[in-house]
Parts: sequence; C-alpha cells; structure tokens
Amino acid sequence: MAKKKDLDLASSSAKVKLGVSDIVIRTFGYILTTFYALACIFPFLIILGSSFTSESYLNRYGVQLIPHEFTLEAYKAVTKSGLIWKSYILTIAITAVGTLIGLSIIAMTGYALQRRDFPFRNVISFYIYFTSLFAAGLAPYYLLMTQTYKLKDSYLAVLLPLMMSPWLIILMKNFVKSIPHEITESGKIDGAGDMRIFVSLILPMLKPALATIGLFMALGYWNEWYQSSLFLSSRVDVKPLQYMLYETVNSTEALKQTVAGQYITVTDIPSNTVKMATAMLATGPIVLLYPFVQRYFISGITVGAVKG
Amino acid sequence: MGKRNKTAASAAPVVKKKNFFQLLWKYRTLTLMCIPAIVFFFMFSYMPMPGIWVAFVKYNYRKGIFGSKFVGLQNFEFLAQSGKLWSLTKNTILYNIAFIILGNLLAVFMAILLNEMASKLFKKTAQTMMFLPYFISHVLVGVLVFNFLNYDTGFVNTILTNMGLERWQPYADPHVWPVLLVIIYLWQQTGYSSVVYFASIMGIDGEIIEAARVDGANAFQKIRYIILPCLKPTVVILLLFALGGIVKGNFGLFYNIIGTNSMLYDTTDIIETFVYRATMTDFNFSTASAVGLYQSLIGFFIVMVVNFVVKKIEPDYSLF
Repeated sequence: MAKKKDLDLASSSAKVKLGVSDIVIRTFGYILTTFYALACIFPFLIILGSSFTSESYLNRYGVQLIPHEFTLEAYKAVTKSGLIWKSYILTIAITAVGTLIGLSIIAMTGYALQRRDFPFRNVISFYIYFTSLFAAGLAPYYLLMTQTYKLKDSYLAVLLPLMMSPWLIILMKNFVKSIPHEITESGKIDGAGDMRIFVSLILPMLKPALATIGLFMALGYWNEWYQSSLFLSSRVDVKPLQYMLYETVNSTEALKQTVAGQYITVTDIPSNTVKMATAMLATGPIVLLYPFVQRYFISGITVGAVKG
Repeated sequence: MGKRNKTAASAAPVVKKKNFFQLLWKYRTLTLMCIPAIVFFFMFSYMPMPGIWVAFVKYNYRKGIFGSKFVGLQNFEFLAQSGKLWSLTKNTILYNIAFIILGNLLAVFMAILLNEMASKLFKKTAQTMMFLPYFISHVLVGVLVFNFLNYDTGFVNTILTNMGLERWQPYADPHVWPVLLVIIYLWQQTGYSSVVYFASIMGIDGEIIEAARVDGANAFQKIRYIILPCLKPTVVILLLFALGGIVKGNFGLFYNIIGTNSMLYDTTDIIETFVYRATMTDFNFSTASAVGLYQSLIGFFIVMVVNFVVKKIEPDYSLF
C-alpha cells in the first residue's frame, strides 16, 4: 500500500516539472500504445463487421471493417438449425461441472500440501510436479484413453483431462501460503478436525484464489478444442463450441450440418459469413465478460509467474 | 516433527515402517484430501507411461502394445536417418527461441511504455485491449489469421486490390511463415506476458524513483538506470524457465493456422504437429511415440540443467 502511494507521489511531482524527455516518451508512448492496442482488437473487429455482410458482397469485395449492406443472413443461417444452442448448453455444462469439481479438488490438495505439519507433503508435491517434467506423449495417451478407458466419443474425455494441472495446484499452494499458519493452529486448539478447519476457516479466506483459479479453469474449458479433436468423432452430433467452430471452418460436411437442411446445395450456403458468424457466437461471451474479470487473471499471472 | 521422525528412524529402522502407518492414520484427513488429485494424476499422467513401450515395437492393432513385435530402436533410427527428427527439432527450437526472446523484449517494452502513461483511464483501456487476444481460443486465432491473409477475401488482399496492387498468397509460400507465426504469437501473448513485468515495475520502491527525480534524472535515465535494472532478475528467471520448455511446441497455434497445408510443412512443421498427424491421421502410433519420447527425454534433461543453473544464481526460485 505504502509503495503505491509513493509511486503516485512520484508521478504527481513528475506532472509539475515535465522535462523534454518526458514529453518525448509520453507522446511516443501514447501513439505507439494506441496503435498496438488497436492492432490487438482489429482482426476481431473485421470479422465482426464482415459477419454482418452479405455473402455475395463479401466474395466480391473481400473482408471489410464496416458492413456495407447490413444483414443478419449469416446469423439466421447458423442459429436456425439449433445445433449451436445445443453446443452452447453442452459447453456451459462441461465448463460448470469441470470447474466446480476441479476447483474443489485443487483447493483441498493445495491446502493439504501447504500444511507444514503434513509429513507426506513433499512426496505428494513431487508426485504431482513430476507429471509436468516428463509426459508419456500423445500416442500412449491416446491409446490408453480410447482402448483401456474406452472414452472415444464420450464427453468425459473432454471433461476429465482438464480438471487439474500441476500449474493450477502450484498456483493454489502459492495462494494458500499467504494465509497465516496461526489460523490452522487456532482451529486445532478449538478442537476442529482438518476438514472442518479447511471448510470453515481456510475456504472463506481463499475466495480471491478460488475466483482466480476458477476463472482460469473456466476459460480453459470454454476454449477447449484439443481433447474434442482427439476423442469426439463424427458420431457425436453436439460438440463443444470451439471444436464445432473448428469443424465448421475446416470441413464442408460440418458446415452443412451447422446450417442443416436450409440450403439445397453446398454452393448455396453463405459459407464465409456463416463461418464468421459461428466464430463470433462461439467467442461472444468471453469478449463480453473478460473486461470485468481480467483483474483475477492478472493476480493469477503475477502469483503464478515464477514458480510454475 | 520432522526431527523426531528422523531420530526415530535412525535409532530403530524396524520401527520406521510402523511409523509410516501411524503417520498415515494421524494425518488421514489431510491424506484423504490429496487422494482425488493423486488418483487423477495416476490415471491421466502415470498410466500412459507404460504405453511408451509402443515406441519400441511395430504396432499391431489386434495384438496391442505389449503383444506387438519388438523392434528395438528401429523406429528411432528410421526417423533419425530420414532427417525428419532433426528438421522437427530445428523448427521447434528456432520458433521457441524467437518467441521467447522477442516475446520478452516486446513485453518489457510495452510494460515500460504503459507505466509512463499519465492517464489512468488510457492505461486501463490499453491494457484491456492488449489482453483480448489472450482470452480467445486458438481456433479463433486460426479463423482471424485466415480472414486476414487468405487469397480470395482476406483483408490484406482487399487492401492490395483497392490500391491496384497484385494479390499476395501467403498460404502457398512457406518462406513467409516464420515471420508471420512470430508476429501472430506476439500478438496473442504480449498482453499476458507484459502483466508480469508491469507488476514488477509497480513494485519498484517509489522512493528510488523520486530520489532520481530530485537528482535531475530524466525519463530515459530513469528507465535505463532504475526500471531496467529492477526488472533484470524477473527477466532472467522468466527467460530461464521459458528455456526449460524450449522443445515443447505451441501446438494449438501451429495446428490452427497451418493445419494440414503440407505445402508449408518445411518451415512450419514442429514436433507436436508431426506427432498429432502421425497419431490421428496415419495411426502410426509407434513413430508418434518414438518422436514423443525423444521430445520428453530432451525436455526433461533441459529442465534439469535449467533448474541447476537457477539454483546457482537464485536458489529461492529453483523448482526443486
């Protein structure tokens, strides 16, 4: 807190006596930062603009920032079959269930591994950490998941593998570290068991950590396409949103399915704008939400940056 | 606690075993709290490990991994002799070096610039905009890049045609992709990586900066002699950790942008994309696993070396 005050002090006195170099840096900085920040959202804006353009206009004049003839044609085509709403429900369900279960386990583990008196903490920490040092690789993993666990075409293959990661557990441990050990001690003196201490004393103090890690997990689930591409074949109709987008963009078959039955031939489908509309619908919630939750990500990145 | 345990063990090793179960009983709740995670990592990280054996056999679907014919190092020899292993390693490492060095330079640069901005609102807005690419999936990145660069309707070509210039066809030209992929990577990651540096700059003691001001240091001198030296430890540590992952490729980025466009493989095929195709398209599990094992072993070795170095220069930050 004191540091922050000092910094404000420093910049306020800077306002009083601006040297030439300050003016140079500020001007240069404003121009460059503005340019860079715009470049970050620009590719997104041109897809947004183009998704409201008619297919014929797009094919003739190319991608453009501002739609010349505003039309909802592509969005109507995408939403009419209802497939994308089913995909939404599936994605929300997987995200909610996976984040809730994963977060509870991560919180419990993070607390236990940070307890100074727990004799197995080093062994278990290493057991978890080792998995980020050495991995079996894709082929053995794929064979295990499909042949031993029989998870081909099962949503569990998308839900389970994202539930935990060594990085998230280390992040949780770092958050738990900031809670004074005395809290646990006082709970013990009052005769509470370890689970009781965790649930009624520690968890309430972990709220910011739970928000941060929960949001990282939710983002991971929402943007998931990799496990889906490994395990969900064409026999599964409803896919998680990002993988649905992937297939709509990359395969004509999937594109046809997305706009099911509305067009007689493939060439009639407004394919370019449909792809863009799908992209916007699949990403929309994230873009609308992230400005409000980004501070949690910032705290997570700062806490987890070095050890992780 | 630990001390008592140690003396007990050294005094009477026979008691040690009993001690373990006593400990297990005493800490049963804490142990149980770890069980779900232990089971999880066992199922998804340790269980696949015996399957590495598939790298040493000629895989036969009907006979399974352990029933297939053992061929020793033949899978590795084939990959090494064809030059494939080398070109994949080279691509993966060169891309990562560019990502790490340019990524950190740009992140430090943007963090310093942002810090110099006087307006809080501007700072906040710019940071939020820079953060957007981090939140979108690699699939969308692929879509954005395609709509930016494709031959028929891409944004760049729209501009070029409007200016009366010839169209550009990057999806048929392997030589432009090293530059393009690095730019796309920087575009997606800088918002994220500058956060760490921005936080470290905010953590610099305001008194030092004020003292420099009083002594008449200008903005350039402040950056050169205070901010950069203060950032140095963070930069070094982050660089070293990034180095630990130098043989791990960014699969999502490469696969969603390049996909199965084999025209571009020469300059864009990394270990991950090759392994993915070998597994999912060719069902050549033995080759895929051989490359995967090779990558895991090199990666493991590099992390060990990096950790050793970190331990020497900054023991607090070492991983184990």
